[in-house]
Amino acid sequence: MDLHEYQAKQLLAARGVAVPAGDVAESPDRARTIAERLLESGVRRFVVKAQIHAGGRALGSFAGHPNKAGITFCCTPEEVEHAASEMLGKTLVTDQTRPEGKRVLKVLVEAAIPVEREFYAAVALDRTKDCPVLLASATGGVSIENAVSASPNRLVKEWIDPFLGLRQFQARRVAAALGLVGGSILTAADFFHSIYRTWWECDALIVEINPFVQNTGHATQHSIIALDARITIDDNALFKHPELESLRDASEEEPIETEARKHGLDYIKLDGNIACLVNGAGLAMATMDAIKQCGGTPANFLDVGGGASQEQVAAAFKTIITDTNVRAILVNIFGGITDCAIVARGVAAAINQSGARLPVVVRIEGNNATHGRAMLVEGLSRVIVAHSIEEAAKMAVQAAGG
Amino acid sequence: MAILVDPATKVLIQGITGTFGACHTRLSLEYGTNIVAGVTPGKGGQFFDNRIPIFDSVADAVRETGATASCIFVPRANAADAVLEAAEAGLQLAVCITEGIPIHEMLVVKRQLSRHQMKLVGPNCPGIVTPGPEPDSRGGCRIGIAPGYIHRQGHIGVVSRSGTLTYEAVWQITRRGAGQSTCVGIGGDPVCGLSLLDVVRLFNEDPDTHGIVIIGEIGGSAEQETAEWIQNSCRKPVAAFVAGTTAPSGRRLGHAGAIANSTHETAAAKIAAFRDCKIPVADSPSAIADTILKLL
Repeated sequence: MDLHEYQAKQLLAARGVAVPAGDVAESPDRARTIAERLLESGVRRFVVKAQIHAGGRALGSFAGHPNKAGITFCCTPEEVEHAASEMLGKTLVTDQTRPEGKRVLKVLVEAAIPVEREFYAAVALDRTKDCPVLLASATGGVSIENAVSASPNRLVKEWIDPFLGLRQFQARRVAAALGLVGGSILTAADFFHSIYRTWWECDALIVEINPFVQNTGHATQHSIIALDARITIDDNALFKHPELESLRDASEEEPIETEARKHGLDYIKLDGNIACLVNGAGLAMATMDAIKQCGGTPANFLDVGGGASQEQVAAAFKTIITDTNVRAILVNIFGGITDCAIVARGVAAAINQSGARLPVVVRIEGNNATHGRAMLVEGLSRVIVAHSIEEAAKMAVQAAGG
Repeated sequence: MAILVDPATKVLIQGITGTFGACHTRLSLEYGTNIVAGVTPGKGGQFFDNRIPIFDSVADAVRETGATASCIFVPRANAADAVLEAAEAGLQLAVCITEGIPIHEMLVVKRQLSRHQMKLVGPNCPGIVTPGPEPDSRGGCRIGIAPGYIHRQGHIGVVSRSGTLTYEAVWQITRRGAGQSTCVGIGGDPVCGLSLLDVVRLFNEDPDTHGIVIIGEIGGSAEQETAEWIQNSCRKPVAAFVAGTTAPSGRRLGHAGAIANSTHETAAAKIAAFRDCKIPVADSPSAIADTILKLL
């Protein structure tokens, strides 16, 4: 589960990371109030940041307003109010959103921090070594992938033993490798430690700070401030963290996906016109690939679960036909333990109940498959029975109109 | 011969009295698996289906029955604990079927397992099957949830990150008249026990395995490491399939580990890695069996 920047900053701040003063607003009015309060505390420059689950906001633009970016600097509360009104309710397109962009429903209003040097830091999972890794770079602010591909040696890595946590000497080693000197090394080490603590305590997959800045001229010497933050939480761990589950923003998800999750279905909407209903994630991916290879495009990823019970199949059918782009449906079931005749009955019932007039290609294999196929052919005229994944994909592409 | 398990392997089931665990225990018994004990804390002294003794702890079960392998059906909140209990009791192998274990818990488990001899397969996996000689491959060893009848005793080793896609490949091999030495589903989680490469190395040492099928998917870089090792060290023909060519970047597709956050985690990168190492990759999921059989 992805978090918004403002949520990530709250979790980090609670664990000792300094973040710019500010608050989140859902209306221009509220944005202005926040700025006024900041002004009272001595802030003279503000930044308004669109809150969406995607990066690249500074270089993105709003639909219909190519000159307006998702991050705007302001000098007065009036400017803040205006900037917020130009973001809220509008659609922001960045290189990390889908082409249709994301609607902005919240903005973060913060004190703008003068930047001397920008750094990058993250704690992530190293899947090769099965341990967390602290990543840091002296070139922050830009996309880290670009920074790394430009100069891979400048990314500092420190692997962390989950039994020991991030030790102080390790954190100091990373700070020194970034070129920090003197007291800054100690401040940075504490900062890295707080990031790791956040990662660990929140069951995060990644905690990324891009950029953080070191402000030597600031009142507090050697202060380190996180200007942007991104956190992804392990979905499997949410049952342990009801407080984090409540941070879920349903407006960031496709409504179909939210609905599907309620039925225990793994559904992801894609841009094509052939809906897929498959049991098992690997087989579902392979089915999508087969469609692509036959010249079609899948409308979704959908795993109904290994067993493909009648209820799951019915819920899955309802889900996939709510996508109006769909022109054909491909059902691919490998009935391992489950009797294919029972799956076939479920598919037939779902087709009849749904009332959809779309062509349905079914490929069903495994336990009692011959019987299952026969049931589908006899019962339903709109069903086309295929005998391999490849054949099913070809037929579905044809049925969808090429 | 086979890898990891054979018909003589003494198996215990952790979570034998749950609905799912009970159902698959019965199927494994029908298949011929040598299940000697069940473990459900609080139900020690009872019997499963009037025949399999149930113990309160894995240690008790091992002491009384000599079990060496465990199949774990414990719900996710306690599954990591179940793996550690199995390791501590001195088992050789644990197969964890449970889906949805928090990744941080698996990091701790993985770290702790480095202190034990026990091999872990999974979590979030279909398990292991070593097919037997009887009809529908009975008389073998089935640990987990894979359908037994799709297998046939033979000489192709199958290792996969997926469940039903593995069944697909196994069934294709069986229907073409060939068979499998052992089939191992390592699971779809980002942090898991045996890796693709670990299993390929076992197959490479197994005289009964003449060819290897690898089924990979998006996420991580296990396929690349495996491909490289095969090119340098594997003595047996290998064929591969990688699912997720059409997967959108940054989205998790069902399996917790099936997510491509960067270009080297994509299916395209993995397919390229296999081909660079001269390992044939099936173009279509329907062609997995043919791709390996052509090499034998």
